[in-house]
Amino acid sequence: MRLLDRISRRPWIWSWFAAFLAWFATIVTGGASTLGLSQAALTFAAFSIIVGIGQMFVITLGPGNIDLSVPSTMTLAGTVALKLMDVDNAMILPGLMIAVLIGIAVGVFNYALIKALRIPPIIATLSMSFIIQSAAIWTNRGLRIKPPSVLADFTTATTLGVPNVSLVALVISVCAWFLLEKTIYGRWISAIGQSMPAARMAGIPVDGTRFVTYLFCAVLAALAGYLLACFSGGAALNMGTEYLLMSIAVVVLGGTAVAGGDSNVPGIWGASLFMFLVVSMLNTYGLGAGIRLIMTGLIIISVIMLAGGRQPGAR
Amino acid sequence: MPKAIIEVADAKVSFGAVKALDGVTLAIAPGECVGLVGHNGAGKSTIVSVINGGLAPHQGSIASDGEVLARYGINAARSRGVRCVFQELSLCPNLTVVENTRILHRHLGGLGWRRRAKQVIEQSLDAIFPGHDINTDRTVGDLSIAERQMVEIAMAFSDAGIAPRLIILDEPTSSLDASLAEQMLAHVRRFVASGGSVILISHILHEILTTASRIVVMKDGRIVAERPAAAWTEHGLVEAMGSVVKGEAHRRAMRDLADAPVAIEHVGRGTPFRARRGEIVGLAGLAGHGQTEMLMRLHAASSADWLPRRDPAVTFVAGDRRLNGIFELWSILKNLSVAALGDLAQHGVVKGDAEAERAGEWKRRIEIRTPDMASHILSLSGGNQQKVLFARALSTRAPVVLMDDPMRGVDVGTKQEVYEIIRQEAARGRTFVWYSTEMEEVCLCDRVYVFREGAIAAELQGDAVTEENILAASFAGLAA
Repeated sequence: MRLLDRISRRPWIWSWFAAFLAWFATIVTGGASTLGLSQAALTFAAFSIIVGIGQMFVITLGPGNIDLSVPSTMTLAGTVALKLMDVDNAMILPGLMIAVLIGIAVGVFNYALIKALRIPPIIATLSMSFIIQSAAIWTNRGLRIKPPSVLADFTTATTLGVPNVSLVALVISVCAWFLLEKTIYGRWISAIGQSMPAARMAGIPVDGTRFVTYLFCAVLAALAGYLLACFSGGAALNMGTEYLLMSIAVVVLGGTAVAGGDSNVPGIWGASLFMFLVVSMLNTYGLGAGIRLIMTGLIIISVIMLAGGRQPGAR
Repeated sequence: MPKAIIEVADAKVSFGAVKALDGVTLAIAPGECVGLVGHNGAGKSTIVSVINGGLAPHQGSIASDGEVLARYGINAARSRGVRCVFQELSLCPNLTVVENTRILHRHLGGLGWRRRAKQVIEQSLDAIFPGHDINTDRTVGDLSIAERQMVEIAMAFSDAGIAPRLIILDEPTSSLDASLAEQMLAHVRRFVASGGSVILISHILHEILTTASRIVVMKDGRIVAERPAAAWTEHGLVEAMGSVVKGEAHRRAMRDLADAPVAIEHVGRGTPFRARRGEIVGLAGLAGHGQTEMLMRLHAASSADWLPRRDPAVTFVAGDRRLNGIFELWSILKNLSVAALGDLAQHGVVKGDAEAERAGEWKRRIEIRTPDMASHILSLSGGNQQKVLFARALSTRAPVVLMDDPMRGVDVGTKQEVYEIIRQEAARGRTFVWYSTEMEEVCLCDRVYVFREGAIAAELQGDAVTEENILAASFAGLAA
């Protein structure tokens, strides 16, 4: 009982629990294949995990901190990287570099707007996203360039039955967890999220820390865009769209405090898997698109209500 | 004996683990002035909030004129003629005096309310402070702090329909000079003689002794003594409050620091600020006259916003814990170590054992009362939270410690422990810049800057650091 009690206090347990339920229901009642469903879930969740982790770092910075430029950053990074690689396997690394550079540039501009012009993050990153999206439209010009074959194979293949993209997400998650839990930087962003004045008075370099965090979020978004473009066989201008809400939803569902200061990596996994599984569960029931959306909304609300009753434990 | 205007029976109020009121019974009869004294955190302001209806006691009852009131709130209190002058001034700064009067007296509304409100407030001002020259059409924000306090007092005594019967004065003279304070106290005596009641809270004991008819002493949320004023002496009051009798014993030995190198300085309006190595510099003056701003400026000038500093230059002990002190989601351990993480980490990775060891050391040294440093920071009492903040600052290597009235809510025993630590650290060459609203603490400093209206008005050193000199410097030129 003690164990159960301790586990139920973990904020991420609810998203895992919900994900498992959806997985179970899809297989038992929908008759989906266990392996196929699990692999699909891991694959598609991987992208929201990568984006969600970046968003989580930003949300941890405290109320008002959010990055809305995530979808357009994904689009721009995917488009430019594919264009640069131009189906050439030798250009994979430069392509990755350019994606990361785009992420860095977006992060720098985001924080410059927030800090120098004192624009609230929600407005700054939103207006930034229009600029980035226009840049993506301008570079793309309606062309759909295929990814280099090695990369296309890598992103769609599995290793020992586990999709490669989810392994990439796993590596990133472990790094993120280490950053948050073990390093000074992790302490700092948690401190800033709890109280910016207190963080400043405790000698934390607040601006530097926030800057790095926005940078980190944009780089992760760019990386996710790069992988997604390769996975889906080419960059599309609307490929990032669904990740705007997705990145925020997985953070919240995963048990990260919306008010900042308390973040949670395992929860992102549970929530991302859950978000995919709910949709596929409703799909196997053959429900219409309208009903499906309503059901998705209702299920998310109930998970949040369940998880909302928890007591924040000492950390 | 006539029925009490307000009678509070066995009131208990607690804020989290802190018992602000622990069973207080207090009745105020018509025609008496009750003096209320006690240390900070003794529960004076809490009992005042209970009486004026701002705070419902978690236990206990409130009766008025002999009937027990089940639903008692601010409006019920006001309709029974209970008025309150708060420590923190409560007028709207963007409105004129007349408009503020209108807000307080709701039924002054209707056509021509300005004329009526003006009449009400001016009558009251003239009665309490004859010869005042406050123009009631001025915006409150433009008045000096003393004038604002005068208006506030006059507002409480003003009569527009519901006559005031019980007036609570919470530190009413804190920004008034001696002659204005005497005018006000004289009016209190007249008001009491004509059958009104007053609760007077003040740290200036002779005001209480000369004005009150009965004096109640509070300590740790309880009433510890209650006698007619004539039966009290100043010494007796201090003893009853449980404070250590002030004296030269607490004075630190005089040290000659004139040759020590300057550790931190700030040149602004008025006298420049300078603190030397190993010196304890006090910032004094009335609350809100720029002391905290000075600390913030000193902190901002020598801390980095973008890159972490290898060697921190200053560290800060917050007085307003909730605003810029504790991190509420964290454990005691993390709260303590946050400022010194650079010393406890290797390549940016925090070494858990080094952190725990450091925390254990400070737990012993400053006696943080908790079974487990990993428990939540809010499980500690306010005083112990404050100790954690002290430990956080002192455990850094920063040579200058800035303290923003850090003893709020700290009990007497803890204060002595912390004073001792400050003395030791200063002897080892640390510089302390200490803003305090408590005269006793200011008198522990080597040198004191007195602030007035945002700038340093005077500098006192050694034997010149006395209550009289500080008060004189805080008020000079401010009297209306």
